[in-house]
Amino acid sequence: MNDFMRNIDWSEIGQATIDTLSMLGGSMLLTVVLGLPLGVILFLTGKGQMLQNRLANGVLSLVINILRSVPFVILLIVMIPLTVALVGTSLGVAGAIPPLVVGAAPFFARLVETALREVDKGVIEASFAMGAKRRQVVLGALLPEAMPGLIAAATVTAIALVSYTAMAGVVGAGGLGDLAIRFGYQRFQTDVMVVTVVLLLVLVQALQMVGDAVVRRVSHR
Amino acid sequence: MITFQDVSKTYAGAGQHAALSGVSLSVAPGEVFGVIGASGAGKSTLIRLINGLEKPSSGKVVVDGDDVAALGVEGLRSLRRRVGMIFQHFNLLSSKTVAGNVAFPLKLAGTPDAEVKARTAELLARVGLSEFANKYPAQLSGGQKQRVGIARALATGPKVLLCDEATSALDPETTEQILELVSNLNRELGLTIVLITHEMDVVRRVCDRVAVLEGGKVVESGPVEAVFLHPASATARRFVTEAEGEPGEGVAVGGRLVRLTFKGEATYKPILGAVARETGVDYSILGGRIHRLRETPYGQLTLALTGGDVEAAIRRFEADGVRVDVIGEGGR
Repeated sequence: MNDFMRNIDWSEIGQATIDTLSMLGGSMLLTVVLGLPLGVILFLTGKGQMLQNRLANGVLSLVINILRSVPFVILLIVMIPLTVALVGTSLGVAGAIPPLVVGAAPFFARLVETALREVDKGVIEASFAMGAKRRQVVLGALLPEAMPGLIAAATVTAIALVSYTAMAGVVGAGGLGDLAIRFGYQRFQTDVMVVTVVLLLVLVQALQMVGDAVVRRVSHR
Repeated sequence: MITFQDVSKTYAGAGQHAALSGVSLSVAPGEVFGVIGASGAGKSTLIRLINGLEKPSSGKVVVDGDDVAALGVEGLRSLRRRVGMIFQHFNLLSSKTVAGNVAFPLKLAGTPDAEVKARTAELLARVGLSEFANKYPAQLSGGQKQRVGIARALATGPKVLLCDEATSALDPETTEQILELVSNLNRELGLTIVLITHEMDVVRRVCDRVAVLEGGKVVESGPVEAVFLHPASATARRFVTEAEGEPGEGVAVGGRLVRLTFKGEATYKPILGAVARETGVDYSILGGRIHRLRETPYGQLTLALTGGDVEAAIRRFEADGVRVDVIGEGGR
């Protein structure tokens, strides 16, 4: 066993785990901050909704589809100049966050739109009938009613971000994925590969469990 | 309180479907006004024109002195605080507690927290749900959910309550309780109520006046008593028959077929036997019903009269305040 684990430098693994968690935390926060309003606008400008606008909805939908259809590895590379302009470097945790957000926010926005569509139209109508303003309907009825769906969407997005952070290792982002590629793959250190994969698996599992627990907590249906 | 002046509503799209055409009606303050019609007759559109959830394509809807279509955003919000609405599927917020749902319209109106709390407690007591304040709608029965809906609709102290098929998703017993609650609100608060339904029974129990809607047009309207006992239109007759069954349908007997309508006191008088003795007429009862229209008892009997002096018998019934409609000559 000791022989099998001989390549493992636990302090390096620890640092990589912290890097992965920082990338995940930072990019998830920004993904929600950008993706949630985008998803809400996408929903509200849709057919039959309160801000129905074919042009705005079409343009937004197209941009989201384009971003979602670019493979993330390509996005990482294409984004390098923009990343440098935004955060001053394309390397490390900071350099990984812009492409991660650009990759995940459109995905999250679509999921938000889907979650909002699940909200009973009758509840929205009733809110208007009670004298609610549009803003009050969105903040007071639409979003709270969609909350279980929104949390589930955030969970799925966070898990997608975990695999994106692993890919970001390709362009020198650091983190567990980077470790797996440089040592596990390029130097044939199977033990490093196994440990990083197990850690990623544990991370994904933990995210799913926490997400599910929160959904149960906020769902009163 | 509510006036429709030649109101039409056409939905754009394939075939320019007209949901309402040329509807004129008026609802007096404090009355319970029913609108009955089959699905697709335009009931939902009609009730949604009252609180501006829909805008008329032509004509004018005036509610509590306001031309609904002419109101701006703020005017419309103010109107909606004066017009409560309850729904077939209750439309409660599943993410809020019972108390949260009732408080919602007050919070929308910017009511101070202390007042929201007091008013919510008062409303829940009125609908008998005080102990359910912290439950979520999913934990309630259909009847309880509709009570929450009613409490919520009353929160802003409206003058008008709109009931959109409010009992259609409930069982008969619960329907009875909800209708009683609605009736009490009408009496105690002087609330003007407009309810739409496809059940004549609902109209019979609570409404003062009714309009019958068919294909987007009002085909008959008037006091419930008149429409219910002597429906003039085929649509109204169909709804009454649905609720009551056709008396004497398909029975082959001899003699003159008549329908007697008793109202109020006459309903319980022993008139049949007296008339039979005095005029020598024999009668077969083919069908009948005794019910209440709100508070007034009424009865309707379909008889076949044979032998004796049939004309005299009919005059005798009429002299006793019984309305007689000859509906045919029975034949074997």
